[in-house]
Amino acid sequence: MKENLEIIFAAVIVLGAFVNLVGAIGVIRLPDIYTRNHAASKGATLGTLLILTAAFLFFWVEDGHMNARLVLGIIFVFVTAPVAGHLISRAAYNSGVPLWEKSGQDALKAKKQKAQSK
Amino acid sequence: MALQLLLNIFLAFTWMFLGNSFTVGSLFGGYLAGLLMIFMMRRFFPQRFYLLNVIAAIKLVLLFIKELILSNIEIFKIILRPKLDMTPGIFALPTDLEKDWEITMLANLITLTPGTLVLDISDDRKTLYIHAMDLQSVEESIEGIKNSFEKAIKEVSR
Repeated sequence: MKENLEIIFAAVIVLGAFVNLVGAIGVIRLPDIYTRNHAASKGATLGTLLILTAAFLFFWVEDGHMNARLVLGIIFVFVTAPVAGHLISRAAYNSGVPLWEKSGQDALKAKKQKAQSK
Repeated sequence: MALQLLLNIFLAFTWMFLGNSFTVGSLFGGYLAGLLMIFMMRRFFPQRFYLLNVIAAIKLVLLFIKELILSNIEIFKIILRPKLDMTPGIFALPTDLEKDWEITMLANLITLTPGTLVLDISDDRKTLYIHAMDLQSVEESIEGIKNSFEKAIKEVSR
């Protein structure tokens, strides 16, 4: 029973590492800062979450040791990662980083121009 | 909600003092007894019975986790496809949430949903500007998801 659980935890850790890897590939491959931010903020959140959860469960099953710091770490990553993504892309937009040329509409631009003309 | 929770804890302590046994077990028993009392007295509170808010919050967390996993699968499909054939863009989403923490929660949820990232919130807090990974295919379905999020958040704060 314990061995089976350990195999499951190992699989979850490998899955988390894979998610982080795909996020990193996305950061390299995607064309502009906003789409890269999609990959970075989502991939890193889920990957880190999976690794920390599996580590928490592993130490719980293996040693009977409940590490509350890992749970707190999970919650902190969960709450702060989207805020960081939001702030970085907002700062990029406000300092005039252009979108990818294949982009569709830009609703924010119209609003900014209206604010400037006032 | 906070008032009812505080009252429940106060009732649990009263229970502990009445029983003259200061253990975690008697605190828990008192908490359950207090919960029953508050449930019977629920008509006298201005807000609804607070356990419903707790259930709504748990539902929101589960929704959050589900959307996080779905969004990752979505992003993977785009990243690992040999050709990049999406059309990103920014669109505006009107919201009728009012309190600051509700809007923050909604923005966080949107950032972790499939292919959307909150860029800016207008000064009057009526509109969210959202960067979408793939504009044409997703926009309609995203509106639907957002309505469900907004509903879930409203359910928590009611």
